[in-house]
Amino acid sequence: MVRLNWVCPEKSNSNSGSNMIEVKDIHKQYGDTVALEKISLSVDKGELFGLIGPDGAGKTSLMRILMSLLLPDGGSASMNGLDVVTDYKKVRTITGYMPGRFSLYPDLTVEENLRFFATVFGTTIQENYHLIKDIYQQIEPFKTRRAGKLSGGMKQKLALSCALIHKPEILILDEPTTGVDAVSRKEFWEMLKRLKEMGITILVSTPYMDEASMCDRIALIQEGHLMSVATPQAMIKAFSEDLWVVRTKKIYPTAKHLGQLPSLISVNSIGQVLHLVTPRGKHSVESISQFLFQNDETEVSVEPAEATIEDVFILLMNNRKSKS
Amino acid sequence: MSRFLAFLRKEFYHIFRDPRTRIILFGIPIAQLMLFGYVMTNEVRNVKVAIVDHSKDDLSKRLSQQLLSSGFFQLAAIPSSESDYESLFRSGKVKEIVVFEPDFAINLIKEGKANIQVLADASEPNAAQLTVNYTTAIVNNFVKNELMKNQVLPGINIKVRMLFNENMRDAYNFIPGLIAVILMLISAMMTAITIAREKEMGTMEILLASPLKPIQIILGKVVPYMILSIVSALVVLALGMLVFNVPVIGSFALLLAEILLYIFLALTLGILISTFVDSQLTAMAISGFVLMLPSILLSGFIFPVKNMPIPLQIVANLMPPRWFIEINRTVMLKGGGLNEIWPNTLVLMGMSALFIFISIRKFKIRLQ
Repeated sequence: MVRLNWVCPEKSNSNSGSNMIEVKDIHKQYGDTVALEKISLSVDKGELFGLIGPDGAGKTSLMRILMSLLLPDGGSASMNGLDVVTDYKKVRTITGYMPGRFSLYPDLTVEENLRFFATVFGTTIQENYHLIKDIYQQIEPFKTRRAGKLSGGMKQKLALSCALIHKPEILILDEPTTGVDAVSRKEFWEMLKRLKEMGITILVSTPYMDEASMCDRIALIQEGHLMSVATPQAMIKAFSEDLWVVRTKKIYPTAKHLGQLPSLISVNSIGQVLHLVTPRGKHSVESISQFLFQNDETEVSVEPAEATIEDVFILLMNNRKSKS
Repeated sequence: MSRFLAFLRKEFYHIFRDPRTRIILFGIPIAQLMLFGYVMTNEVRNVKVAIVDHSKDDLSKRLSQQLLSSGFFQLAAIPSSESDYESLFRSGKVKEIVVFEPDFAINLIKEGKANIQVLADASEPNAAQLTVNYTTAIVNNFVKNELMKNQVLPGINIKVRMLFNENMRDAYNFIPGLIAVILMLISAMMTAITIAREKEMGTMEILLASPLKPIQIILGKVVPYMILSIVSALVVLALGMLVFNVPVIGSFALLLAEILLYIFLALTLGILISTFVDSQLTAMAISGFVLMLPSILLSGFIFPVKNMPIPLQIVANLMPPRWFIEINRTVMLKGGGLNEIWPNTLVLMGMSALFIFISIRKFKIRLQ
């Protein structure tokens, strides 16, 4: 089949042939609700790419379009050069997919699930055991247990094993760490890193901003809009305002007072502290402390800090809101 | 092919590990067979009667004896006065009371006419009607055999023969009907539920994202239930023949072929339903209420289609079991062959083709 390879301007100097996932102007809407608005991005071979955004941002829709499970209303997408609409049959053989919901058979045992998916993809457990060895070994002691009776972390490991068993070139994981405990989440990301080292291209979505730093590159997505695509480090570096961490015992009243700070951009509670964003060079620790002191806030501490991905996300989101 | 076999093995795991599936597959056919065979019977057997004999002569005693020895009636009470009647009926101790008038024999011989009063509990109208009919028949028989042995009476003697079911056995009616209903249940309902289950659990998303072809998914779903349906049909047929003595007069091979066709039809109907629904509960509701009830009530299984009002007859004609039950009765009881049942066979084939056509048009290779 003849395909025109559109070369993106930003990629024109590099080898665009190595793009495993290529998304161009993808548009999708359900009725009047726009799920994805002209999304374009590309993922390199062997890259661990994160799709970061809250629930309802459009992450699942984009992944389903890439998995050829949904038809886009506009634009095009390809996986390793295969169009997801016209070449969907081939796309389905080169990709491993883990949907957002646990989607294995709870009444089949761990081993039966794995063997079923291996056979369906025309392979055997033995043939690709090296790929899943690290992951599967952890659940192998429970291989005669029904999948429905596994813990959340073990279910994820099994689902990942099943998605990997046919040696896919691309792995698409929809919120794999949602509903999994902190230890298992950390383990899971380490597994993804090892898979990446084996040369598998991974597209993973997560609502947890703190997981962004585990990815090579991330895309921040909100309400169907792609707000930014870059490495996590570049994104933090590009944070153009000043950020302050304010520690206080009374989060809500302090936040209310800070809302009155002159030329404030935003104040958000993140974890147990407040993140205060002000225009670059506008404030200092002293000026903020003084402002708080004037408002009878005595038991507070203010210190400058480096932005996190969450701060970047909130800033971009607010910019978008004020524009529209 | 190994993909398909893996799919089949998975389906059998589902079937044998899910208690709900096991109940529907194995419990319901047996329960229905028992229900129709032993509980919902229209035959009169051991009805509790009271006999009040005001005459106590030779004839009344012999007639009473005849009633009680017929096997249909069982003496439950001998009320001493008329005031007891009501409480006997009310308490359910008796269903019928037979009262002989005083001087029964004398009246009969001298005047050629005597009276017997029959009281029946008509709170169950069908049962009461049947009981009274049996009683009347026994009395008439008695009069004819005992009193008019050597007399030739003018009049028309009606000799009735109930063809194809000489003894009016219920089993002759319900076994052909039950095969139709049970197969509809297992084939259509279970196929619809099992496909809906994949959608509900999200596993359909994985199956679609795999290299499995839609036809492999559907066949993988259908073949296990096809096998189970055939087993089920054979069990019901065997029980019908061995326990309830229902004959298969026509060609057994033809009957099996028609059963296969009907199973195929029910499976395509199940697939069709599954393309419309997303949850097991809806699948069960649709197959249960929209499919099961009409196929019991409108198929001619219990109520003859020809007695229904025209609009209902039209609905009944859309029910696959209506055509299949007719085939069953013709082949099993009347010994008919393809000559008689080809129109019905064509209808079943046409319905299958239609269902397959719509299902293929509606089956999605993608979500939504």
